[in-house]
Amino acid sequence: MKATAWMGRDSVKVIDVPDPTILSPRDAIVRISTTAICGSDMHLYHGYIPAMRKGDILGHEFMGEVVEVGPQVRNLRPGDRVVVPFPIACGHCISCQRGLYSVCENSNPNAGIAEKIMGHSPAGIFGYSHLLGGYAGGQAEYARVPFADVGPLKLPDEVPDEQAVMLADVFPTGYMGAEMCDIKPGQLVAVWGAGPVGLLAAASARLLGAERVFVIDRYPYRLRLAREHAGAETINYEESDVLDTLNELTAGRGPDACIDAVGLEGHHGNAAIYAYDRVKQGVRVETERPPALRQAILACRSGGVVSVVGAYGGFVDKFPMGAFMNRSLTMRTGQCHVQRYLRPLLERIQRGEIDPSFIVSHRMPLKDAAKGYKLFQKKQDECSKVLLTA
Amino acid sequence: MNPIDGVLLPELDSPVRDPHLPRALGWLSLALGASAVAAPGPLARLTGIDDSPAAGTVIPALGARELGHGLGLVAGRRPSGWAWTRVAGDAMDLSLLGWAMTDRSGERRRRLALTTAVVAGITALDVLAALSAGRARRTRDRTIRIDMAVTVNRTPAEAYRYWRDMENLPRFMSHVEAIRTIDLRRSHWTVRGPAGRHVEWDAEIVDDQPNRSIAWRSLPGTPVPNAGRVRFVPAPGERGTEVRVQLGYVPPAGAVGRAVAKVFGEEPEQQVRDDLRRFKQVLETGDVVRSDSSPDGISVRQQVMQRPAQPLPNGFRR
Ligand SMILES: NC(=O)c1ccc[n+]([C@@H]2O[C@H](COP(=O)([O-])OP(=O)(O)OC[C@H]3O[C@@H](n4cnc5c(N)ncnc54)[C@H](O)[C@@H]3O)[C@@H](O)[C@H]2O)c1
Ligand SMILES: [Zn+2]
Ligand SMILES: [Zn+2]
Repeated sequence: MKATAWMGRDSVKVIDVPDPTILSPRDAIVRISTTAICGSDMHLYHGYIPAMRKGDILGHEFMGEVVEVGPQVRNLRPGDRVVVPFPIACGHCISCQRGLYSVCENSNPNAGIAEKIMGHSPAGIFGYSHLLGGYAGGQAEYARVPFADVGPLKLPDEVPDEQAVMLADVFPTGYMGAEMCDIKPGQLVAVWGAGPVGLLAAASARLLGAERVFVIDRYPYRLRLAREHAGAETINYEESDVLDTLNELTAGRGPDACIDAVGLEGHHGNAAIYAYDRVKQGVRVETERPPALRQAILACRSGGVVSVVGAYGGFVDKFPMGAFMNRSLTMRTGQCHVQRYLRPLLERIQRGEIDPSFIVSHRMPLKDAAKGYKLFQKKQDECSKVLLTA
Repeated sequence: MNPIDGVLLPELDSPVRDPHLPRALGWLSLALGASAVAAPGPLARLTGIDDSPAAGTVIPALGARELGHGLGLVAGRRPSGWAWTRVAGDAMDLSLLGWAMTDRSGERRRRLALTTAVVAGITALDVLAALSAGRARRTRDRTIRIDMAVTVNRTPAEAYRYWRDMENLPRFMSHVEAIRTIDLRRSHWTVRGPAGRHVEWDAEIVDDQPNRSIAWRSLPGTPVPNAGRVRFVPAPGERGTEVRVQLGYVPPAGAVGRAVAKVFGEEPEQQVRDDLRRFKQVLETGDVVRSDSSPDGISVRQQVMQRPAQPLPNGFRR
């Protein structure tokens, strides 16, 4: 089959590899109809996530048709159309049973390495480095899906691929980002990053009853999406001072909740600060560039919530612990527990409460994956989300 | 018989236990020391030095020393060290006795000679005890001991039942190739050894407490004496079972031993940790968890030399 492989820093290539086979009785094989490129893939593309090997198949957002199931998969049949959640979760450990699927205790066969870096191991993730399991990803023609009796959601025909594939990651992730804010009526929420995750976090915050939502980024076309599709007010951090503007918008209180949907490759309007983190990250003294996280903490109302869905992999410098502690802030975070959001969010789509596919800007065949990566990386051609189709 | 067979298993459960001799000698020291301190007069008469004005101070002093040795041997952590202090004490006593003998005659000299003979006999015993305690300690020092635990979302009864069927163990113990049960207690183990060779031994279950604990040990004659115990303890907060494992094994000395030790794991701790992780996987998910780069599940070796995350070559079926 054809699959998108990581070939080194800033390099992906569609190559020929063997078709996947069933390795465990709870596996299924899915023929992929639509898959997507994610901001998380950019962290791999740029080489900021450790433990990648040349030839690793990328992709964790995918859907398609079940073509084969292991003997213990009784809920699916060949021919079923499914979307597959990006965290791999067994469904039977204590974490899974409590709905914390992205910290499944069993799904990372390389848990030993992850423990050395993170203390305990999170779940395995499709196409997301050997640190998180060394699973072949879904930017390919086929994928092996472990624990297929737990993860994949069968889709009704009337929900098109374009909407359904959003359920693999970005919609649940944005939604969880908003849900962790514990939004009460009248509350104001600020979102850093107007990528797919930030846009869907903003839209979800509105769904969950936020009075006003502010979205911060520097790309006008992305900010436009935030205004037009997520009901947000926007701040271009290259044009105005973010903290001043937020104080003004909230009459000095600060947003009740702040969502970091930027992650470890944040950019900073101040060239000197940006250079500081860039250099430290470049020489791997600091693994992250966290300007958005720092700013979210400083901006947040005292007693408020900082919700972090942007991805981090290692260690952060100049973390404003003083502000965080003295002002009674709460931080909530995590890779999304996608499995627990699939059904409720599918229902929201079916009821017409939201169409998450508003973020999609590009569709291209799988063989053009390398081009898709470049477009998304460089934000060319107003690129906000790339779908690859079989 | 390899000496470790006698000491390994108790040692896993309780603080170090040594052969009995040093401790018996310790009690002897205590008895002698106490009588020397409490009643120096009769002891002086018995040994024939009751005519010396110094006896009243020397005998209690020796008694105090003896009490020290005795306490060390009976209560101390390293009996072999204390056994050697007794030998030193014996040497001192012998030279004092020799010195006392030079200016005595008759009945006193006879008593001194008898005392000297007794002390010389005790010295021989002390040397023996010190040597054997040292040997036990050296074997113990070679013993690789591992304590490790994992929490499994199953009842203690379910976890116990799976482990008690010894033939299940190779499913999660990566270096164990096969276990064949011989009868209810005994089993035959085949373990991957260096350079494709195999190490084999018979083991027996020595303690079996249904739903609570299992202890086993290799039978004498194996090149790698080993023993282990696993306990199944309900985890607080309704989180299943804490599976607590204690293992010990003694790689043989010398080059063969080093090779065996390596196969048993350059990082034995990591290997046991991975074994327990697989045990959890099998019990909770029904199988060892496999990814494309670790198709056989967790293994230390594989974590270092992973294949790329791609499907396995065509035709691969398990
Ligand atoms: N928690 C999860 O489960 C989960 C799931 C998916 C993605 N993620 C992470 O979410 C993050 C966003 O993903 P995405 O697909 O939207 O990526 P993206 O790269 O499209 O979006 C990031 C956006 O942040 C903006 N940005 C950079 N620096 C900023 C700053 N200082 N202030 C404000 N905005 C800034 C960028 O201009 C960009 O538009 C990534 O880190 C990704 O790895 C997490
Ligand atoms: Zn994603
Ligand atoms: Zn799980």
